[in-house]
Amino acid sequence: MTTSLTTFSLSYSWADYRLALPMLLLTVFALGILMIDLMLPAHWKRLNAITALIGVAFSSVAVVKLHLAYHAAEKQGIAVAAFSGFMGSLVVDRFAIYFFYLFLMGAGVAILMSMRYLEIEHENHGEFYALMLLSVVGMMCMAAGYDIVLIFIGLELMAISTYVLVGFLRRDKRSNEAALKYLLLGAFSSGIFAYGLSLFYGLTGSTNLGQIAQKLQEVIATRPNDPVVIFALLATTTGLLFKIAAVPFHQWAPDAYEGAPTSITGFMSVAVKSAGWAMLLRIFLFGLYPLRSMYVPLLIFVAIATMTGGNLAAITQDNLKRLLAYSSIAHVGYMLLGLIASDGQTNSTGIMAIMIYLLVYTFMNLGAFAVITSLRRRNIIGDTVDDIAGLYFKAPTEAILMLIFLLSLAGIPPLAGFWGKYFIFLSLIETGHYTLASIGVLYSVVGLYYYMRIANSMLMRQPIDAEPVHTRPAMRLALTITAVGTVVIGLFPNFFINVTNWSLGLVQGTQHMAGMLR
Amino acid sequence: MYNHILSIILFTPLVGAVLLMLLPKENKDAIRWIGNIFGMLGFAVSLPLVPWFWALKDHAGFQFVEGAPNNWIPSIGAGYVIGIDGISFLLIMLTTLLGAVSILSSWNAIQERVKEYYVWFLVLQTGMLGVFMANDMFLFFVFWEAMLVPMYLLIGIWGGPRKLYAAIKFFLYTLFGSVLMLLGILFLYFHHQTLTGVYTFYLPDLYATAPKIGGHAAIWLFFAFFVGFAIKVPMFPFHTWLPDAHVEAPTAGSVILAGVLLKMGTYGLIRFSLPFFPAVAMTPWVRQFVVVLSLIAIIYGALVSLMQKDMKKLVAYSSVSHLGFCTLGIFALSPLGLSGSVLQQINHGISTGALFLIVGILYERRHTREISEYGGISNVMPVYATITLIMFMSSMGLPLLNGFVGEFTILQGTFMENKVWAAWAVPGVILAAAYLLWLYQRVFFGPVNNPKNEKLLDLSGRELATFIPLLIVAFWIGLYPKPFFQILSTPVNNLVATVRPDYPGLTKPVLAAQPVNPNPEAATPLPEPLKAPETQKPATTGDEQKPGVATKQRPVPVNTAKANLAAAPATLAK
Repeated sequence: MTTSLTTFSLSYSWADYRLALPMLLLTVFALGILMIDLMLPAHWKRLNAITALIGVAFSSVAVVKLHLAYHAAEKQGIAVAAFSGFMGSLVVDRFAIYFFYLFLMGAGVAILMSMRYLEIEHENHGEFYALMLLSVVGMMCMAAGYDIVLIFIGLELMAISTYVLVGFLRRDKRSNEAALKYLLLGAFSSGIFAYGLSLFYGLTGSTNLGQIAQKLQEVIATRPNDPVVIFALLATTTGLLFKIAAVPFHQWAPDAYEGAPTSITGFMSVAVKSAGWAMLLRIFLFGLYPLRSMYVPLLIFVAIATMTGGNLAAITQDNLKRLLAYSSIAHVGYMLLGLIASDGQTNSTGIMAIMIYLLVYTFMNLGAFAVITSLRRRNIIGDTVDDIAGLYFKAPTEAILMLIFLLSLAGIPPLAGFWGKYFIFLSLIETGHYTLASIGVLYSVVGLYYYMRIANSMLMRQPIDAEPVHTRPAMRLALTITAVGTVVIGLFPNFFINVTNWSLGLVQGTQHMAGMLR
Repeated sequence: MYNHILSIILFTPLVGAVLLMLLPKENKDAIRWIGNIFGMLGFAVSLPLVPWFWALKDHAGFQFVEGAPNNWIPSIGAGYVIGIDGISFLLIMLTTLLGAVSILSSWNAIQERVKEYYVWFLVLQTGMLGVFMANDMFLFFVFWEAMLVPMYLLIGIWGGPRKLYAAIKFFLYTLFGSVLMLLGILFLYFHHQTLTGVYTFYLPDLYATAPKIGGHAAIWLFFAFFVGFAIKVPMFPFHTWLPDAHVEAPTAGSVILAGVLLKMGTYGLIRFSLPFFPAVAMTPWVRQFVVVLSLIAIIYGALVSLMQKDMKKLVAYSSVSHLGFCTLGIFALSPLGLSGSVLQQINHGISTGALFLIVGILYERRHTREISEYGGISNVMPVYATITLIMFMSSMGLPLLNGFVGEFTILQGTFMENKVWAAWAVPGVILAAAYLLWLYQRVFFGPVNNPKNEKLLDLSGRELATFIPLLIVAFWIGLYPKPFFQILSTPVNNLVATVRPDYPGLTKPVLAAQPVNPNPEAATPLPEPLKAPETQKPATTGDEQKPGVATKQRPVPVNTAKANLAAAPATLAK
């Protein structure tokens, strides 16, 4: 790797900014929206959403360019070095590119879902879209950060934007309550997380994940049961688990999901969650890899608790957003199983399973939330199991799409959701975790029960209110994207499996990074 | 057409479903006509298979194979491969026949959401056929699970008063069984990879490696599969979903549920459990355990039937009893027991399907299934009473009708294995006569006591038409079952030879694992023998293929799964 050292310099260059281009573009558009919004008359507010979509499109193009450049560089064997910038704190590798696409997808669909919803809520302000774009910038920092400071800044940027978005319905008590709860618990967990990271900095003398990993190896070798290491690990893990809403750090999720504007709930459940996972995988698989034998027992406990807590609590929910919140907690439990099965070095099936799970989850969960968003009408909040009753009679297309999303969430083949669960269980069987696999599959049966409660209500009961359900073109586009994604990935997953496998290419790069930055 | 006959059979109903989706839902009669046309067409396209398969009936292994291993999802080794042997052939014919019959029977019974009904029914039909055709474990699993959804909707939307409960119970029970099976499948998949270095779900490849699993793992795996299939059958402790689902389902749903869905469980036992884990199946305690469950199901199901006040529930519990015979025959593990079991599955589909139609016809007229509401029906509906009597006779196993042949063969096969087992099964036959004849006496004989029953109309032409094919098959199997046994003998003998290599009288080599056509110079245009691409095949298995055939083999130029799934209408047009 000595040759690649030449591309690395101690001052920022244009190459660094090219790496950050997707984020820079989003930031420019976010600021632009804030300014344009001031000049827009009330009935032109829709322009904000369109501007935001254009921003997402520009950013996507930038990601594609990076992607292509990455391919070209990879052929010359200089991939890892050429794509780390800002003194090694930002690494745009396959893993990051994969997540960039995921975040932009989630943001784009969530913007489409929000357009009509905000009009009905009389909260059609430009800040909404600006905050959404800024939170995506934060997510990108989390996915591409290779330095705990950058990761933490990204996390805070995302989290603070999301706190505001959750409380965006100023006149709604639930929204205010949710935002406050989310803010308090979120800030608390960020504090614990930062504390854990600072301890690691103290232990290793570096904020770079590669160097942390290397030093930790030495620390573990000399002092196997150092209490400081254990404490730092516990604090960091707590912070990470909080961000992905794993039991016992899940309490904020149902309240925040229920109170937030529905399109934001969808956005949080896919993009924010993916970002949490990207950060978690980066830290666990790179920085804290030497501590794997310590955190795996912890994760086993958390995974079982998360599947139990999420699935059992979801059974009794009557609010759709709350139900899906608990179900999304349960999904996190399944994904954690993948991290238990694979370490990303000797075996990466489980990591690949998590990645594909996040991909399919983006489509199917956003789709489900899109249908729930379209239930919001002038006089009806439309987020309970009763509100969706008889949806088939009012809007057959939406009802059938919702059925597809629900079946996919329940993991029925041949829909996308099946592949997430399939690879998780595949990785568990491959690595001999038969008991965990059995627990996981049995909980997926419980999952079917609560999803089918929604389907029962939707298809087999008579409507309770007479208010018709209309969907605007933007919402239809969102539904089409998510439904096509759910069905196509389900029927022809080969391409997506290959993409996910490709995105894991970085995993071997750990040592290179560490060696290069010494 | 010859080379794609299975795909045509498989996707004809799906094409119908897609067409129906495009129709406006207000035009109910057009929807009914098109639904029925595709129901009939589904049966019609399966008819050419009869002579074609007959010509190949003595060839071991899967015939009419289409697709290639690993062509659907190469990255995980799953393929769209379909093929049939004698066992699946009979079940496919049963499925297409019952599908047409039950779609015809729903003409008046379904008045609400007609379009959806036919759409889901046709989708269900494709799902069930796929289960019987799949030659790839993964494809099988996809069909097995996907098929639950339309059935769940049929029960849940068009069912009786407790439909929501019944629908979700059905869905949860069967899913519970299948998720454990998925873990079992994944284990076999990795086991195959450890032995051969190839990741594949291709069934004949797994046949070669799965029996090599030994010790406790094999027993755990056997039960992972067994629970999935036993719930579907349903065997004794897992049967509680069945009465609920049957009672609440619409008539046609019950016909399909009893006639075809339950057979997937027994089919799974025959197709997967036995050849994958022959040593476990032959372990005395395992065999004893399954046989005892079957015997309990036979007697318990019959006794519970005897006590029912609701006709449909009575028929539902009688299914538990009859399926007990089928599982008993399977685990007799002798050629007689197994072929009797498969034949009895067909018989049960015919006669219990007819029984549900019979109950449905009374229900359509009176909207009650309480036995006490009826009496003297033979006075007002003579034709109906006659057909009912024949079907009752067939179900209770009277000679000259189909039920007798199946039950007798099973009992004979069991007797030769273990006399005590057979002795315990016999009361089931007697009890069946008791509950059915008693039911007949209460409903059809005596004076018409209930004034509401005086004006009941006899069968209409359409209703009669639903019974005619069932009657024909019932008499055919009863009078001349030989062709059925001929079709079954090759696959059954192969299976027994696989499970019990020491079984006397079976000198045939175990060919079941290889889909090789042993007679390549046959006059009929045989489908190209299936062969995995050379790179995918481990060197060791190449030797097992017949040397004479190997020269003629070449990779089959098949459509990819994509083309097969998406271009079904195009295939039909040929």
